[in-house]
Amino acid sequence: MMGLLAAVTIRTRTATCETQNGFCPDWIAKHWTDYLDPMWQHLQLVVVSVAFGFVIGFTLGVMAHRRRWLVGPITGFTGVLYTIPSIALFTLLLPITGFGFRTAVIALTSYTLLIIFRNVVTGLANVPADALEAGRGMGLTQRQRLWRVEVPLALPEIYAGLRIATTTTVGLAALAFFAGAGGLGAQLMTDINFKSNIVLAGGLCVVLAVVLDLVLLGAERLTVRWEFVGR
Amino acid sequence: MIDRVLGTRSNGAVVNEPPHFQAPRASGVTAATLEFQHVAKTYAGAGEPAIEDLSLSVAAGEICVLVGPSGCGKTTAMRLVNRMIEMSSGDILLDGHTVRDRNTAELRREIGYAIQQVGLFPHLSVGENIATVPKLLGWPKDRIAARVNELLELIGLNPSDMAGRYPSQLSGGQRQRVGVARALAADPPLMLMDEPFGAIDPITRDRLQNEFLRLQGELRKTVVFVTHDIDEAIKMGDRIAILEKGGVLAQYATPAELLMRPASPFVADFVGADRALKRLALQRVRDVDLWRAPLAQVGESVAALSGRAREHDLPLVLLVDEVARPLRWLTAEQVAGDTVPEASGTTPFCVDADDILRDALSALLQHGVQYAPVVGPDGAVTGILSLELITQFLGGQAAGDVEEAPAAADRVLPA
Amino acid sequence: MMPASITDDFSGALDFIFHQRDAVSGGVRVGGATLLPLLETHIRVTVISMFIACALAIPFALWLGHRGKGQFAAASAANVGRAVPSIAVLVFFSAYLGLGDTNLIFAMVLLAIPPIFTNTYVGIRQVDRDAVDAARGVGMSGPQIVRRVELPLALPLIFGGMRTSTVNVIATATLGPLVGVLTLGDAIINASVYGPEGRLAGAILVAVLAVTAEVAFALLQRAATPRGLKVVRAPRFRAASRTTTVPSVTSAP
Repeated sequence: MMGLLAAVTIRTRTATCETQNGFCPDWIAKHWTDYLDPMWQHLQLVVVSVAFGFVIGFTLGVMAHRRRWLVGPITGFTGVLYTIPSIALFTLLLPITGFGFRTAVIALTSYTLLIIFRNVVTGLANVPADALEAGRGMGLTQRQRLWRVEVPLALPEIYAGLRIATTTTVGLAALAFFAGAGGLGAQLMTDINFKSNIVLAGGLCVVLAVVLDLVLLGAERLTVRWEFVGR
Repeated sequence: MIDRVLGTRSNGAVVNEPPHFQAPRASGVTAATLEFQHVAKTYAGAGEPAIEDLSLSVAAGEICVLVGPSGCGKTTAMRLVNRMIEMSSGDILLDGHTVRDRNTAELRREIGYAIQQVGLFPHLSVGENIATVPKLLGWPKDRIAARVNELLELIGLNPSDMAGRYPSQLSGGQRQRVGVARALAADPPLMLMDEPFGAIDPITRDRLQNEFLRLQGELRKTVVFVTHDIDEAIKMGDRIAILEKGGVLAQYATPAELLMRPASPFVADFVGADRALKRLALQRVRDVDLWRAPLAQVGESVAALSGRAREHDLPLVLLVDEVARPLRWLTAEQVAGDTVPEASGTTPFCVDADDILRDALSALLQHGVQYAPVVGPDGAVTGILSLELITQFLGGQAAGDVEEAPAAADRVLPA
Repeated sequence: MMPASITDDFSGALDFIFHQRDAVSGGVRVGGATLLPLLETHIRVTVISMFIACALAIPFALWLGHRGKGQFAAASAANVGRAVPSIAVLVFFSAYLGLGDTNLIFAMVLLAIPPIFTNTYVGIRQVDRDAVDAARGVGMSGPQIVRRVELPLALPLIFGGMRTSTVNVIATATLGPLVGVLTLGDAIINASVYGPEGRLAGAILVAVLAVTAEVAFALLQRAATPRGLKVVRAPRFRAASRTTTVPSVTSAP
C-alpha cells in the first residue's frame, strides 16, 4: 500500500514538472539516450567541417605566407563568408546543394576559414627571424624550412586557431537543422517550450565543445612539447 | 693653471661654484635638494628587503648617479622618490619636505621622469607627448605651444618638422630625446632618469650623453640617474652612489675620488681594474702642466735656438709659422746652417688642447710618437704633451691626495 | 554556368524583395514593402541590444583591464560564449521572460557581451606597459590614464569586439520569430507562408544587413584607430585588429 502511494506521488510530481515545462532531472536521466544520435550527427558536422576548413585554411595560409599580397584579398573574402549569418548561408545554399549534410558542411567550413587562415598566417609570420636564418645557414631548402622550422614554430598559434574554430563550429552547428542536417539543434527544435529539452540539448553542445577543446589541447601538448616544458 | 682649478663643462660653463648655491633661474623654478633618510623597501611576498636602510643626500643642481649590479635596488630607490613604489619605512625629502604626505599625481607632475623604454604614447604626436604634463597642469594653449617649440629646439629637433610626427616614425635616439623633453616639459626641479640611454647603440648613446650634459649645463636640474654602466656613471655623475645588494651604499663620492680611492674591494672591483685609465677620461690635455715647446721660425738664427731644445729635454725644435701654428719638426741636420731653413716635410701630428687625456694617449700610441705639439682652438701651439707627462700625471695623482690637486675633484667632460 | 533552376530561384527571390504578392498559404500579402516592418524590427532589436551590451561590458572590462585583474574571466567568457548555441539561449529565457522583444533582447545582450568584454579587456591589457608606466610617472591619475592613454589605444580592438557582436546579434535576431518577434527571419522560418522564394529573399536580406554592418564597423574601426598607430605599420595592424579573439587569451586552457 505504502509502495503504491509513493509511486503515484512520484509520477504525479514528474508529470507536474513536465507539464509546467520545467527543468526535470528525472526526465533528463530517463531520456538523455535519445540525444546520442543527434549528438553523433553534431559531432560529425563539426569534425568534418573543421577538417575541411583546416586543409583549405592551412593551404591558403602557407600560400599567403610566401606571397604577402594575398593576405588582404583572402582575409577580405573569408571575412565576408564569416560575416554572413549562418541561417542565411544555410538558406542561400538550398537552391544549389539542397537539404542535407553536404549543405551544412559547406556553410560550417566557410566559417572556419577566416579563423584558421588568420592564425596560420600570424603564426608563420611570428617565427623568429634568427631561427629561419639559422635554417638557411644550415642549408635547408625553402620547403624544408617550411616543414621543419616555420610550421613547428607556428603550431601553438595554429592550434589556437583550430580550437577557436572548433568551439565556434559547435555553436553554429546547432542551427544546421535549417539546412536539414539534424544535430542537437534539430533535437532542440522538437520542443522549444520544454526547458529540460533546451537545457539538455544546449548543455550537450557545451559539453561537446569542451571535450573537443580538451582533445585539441591534448594533441597540442603531444606535438608541441617544447612549449610546455619548463613552465 | 686656472682651468685646472675651475674645471669646465663641455659648453664652457663654470661649475666650480658650491653646488648648494643656486641662483634662481629665469622661470623662477630652482633645482630641488633631495634627501633619503633611512629609507627601506621590502616588496610584498619577498623575503629580503630590496633596500635595507639607505641614506643619501643630493645637492640642488647635481647629477647623482645610482649605479650597481642588477638587483642592487637602484631602480627601486629611484622609483621611491616619485612614489611609483611606496617605501616601507624611512623618509624622502624633496626640498626639505617629505614626499610621503603628497598627492602622488601632483608630486609626479613636479618630477621629471624618463625611463629606458621611453614609454612615449604611441597615439599622440611628438608635440602632444611633450605637452602631456603642461596639459595636466592646465597651462594655457599658447604657453604649451611655445614650451613645446622651445623644448624641441633644445633637444635639437626641428619643431616645424618633428612636432607632428608620431613615435613610430622616430629613430631610437630621437625617441629618447623626446622622452627627455617630455620629462623636462613643466620645468621640474628634479629629474629621475632610469637608464635613459640604455637601449641605444654606443655611438648615439655617446652623443645623447653629451647632449644631456650640455642641456644640464644650462638647466641645472637636480638629477637622479640610474645606470648599471660604471663608465656612464663616471661620465654623467657629479656624484656617484655605488649600491650593493639590498641597496647598501658602498660609496658615495665624486667620480675622481671613486677612481682614486675606492672605499672597499667591492667598489674597486665594480669600478674595474682599469680605473687608472678611466681617470684619464676625466681630464683634458690642457689641464696637464704641458712642456713648453722649443719653437723656431724660418729665418731665425740657429745660434739662438741651440739651447731651447735641450732646455725641454727634446732633441728637436718645432718650426711654426708667424701665428705659432706648427709646420714641422726640425732635425739636427736641418738646423746645421746659420739660419732656420724652410725645410720640407709633413705637418706634425698634433693633439687638441680640448681632447680628453685618454684620447690623447691613444692618439700618441697610435701614431707611434713619444710626444706631440698641443694646439689651442686657434691652431697655435700651447705646449707639448708626452707619454712621460701622462705617466707622471697618473703616478702623481695615485700617490698624491685630492686636496692638493683640486682639479681631480672637478671633472671635465668630453666635448 | 549555374543551372537555370538556380538562377530562377535567385531571380525569384529578388522579385520577392521588390514586389508584393499573395502568400503561399493565402490570405496575406508578403514581399516588397511588407518586408520593411520586418527590417525595421530587425535593426531596432539589434541596436537596442548592442547599446545595452556595450554599456554593461565596456566599463566593466575597462576597469578590470586597468587593474590587471580577470585574465581568467576574459578567457572563459570568450571560450564558453562561442560554444553556447544562440538558439538555446533564446528559447531558454522565453520560458521566463515570455515571448516578445524583452526576451529576445535579453538573450541577444547575453550573446553580445563576451566578444565586447574580451576585446575591451585585451585591448587595455595590450597597451604598452611602458607607456602606462610613463603615464603614471608624469602624474596622471587612474581615470586620466584610462581616458588619455589606455582607452584611445584600445579603441581599435573595442570596435573590433563591437563589430563581431553586431554581426552575431543580427544573426541571432533572425531567430526572433521563434520567440514571437517578427524580424527578417520570419521569411526564412515560416517558409510555409512565404514560399521558397520568400525564404531565399529573407536569407539575402539578412546577409546584406550583416555585411553592411560589418563594413560600417570596419570603417568606424579605421576611423577610431589613432593616427600614431596607423603610420608606418598600417597594413599589418589592420589584419591583426580584426581579431575578435586574441589567441594569447583564448588559447588559455
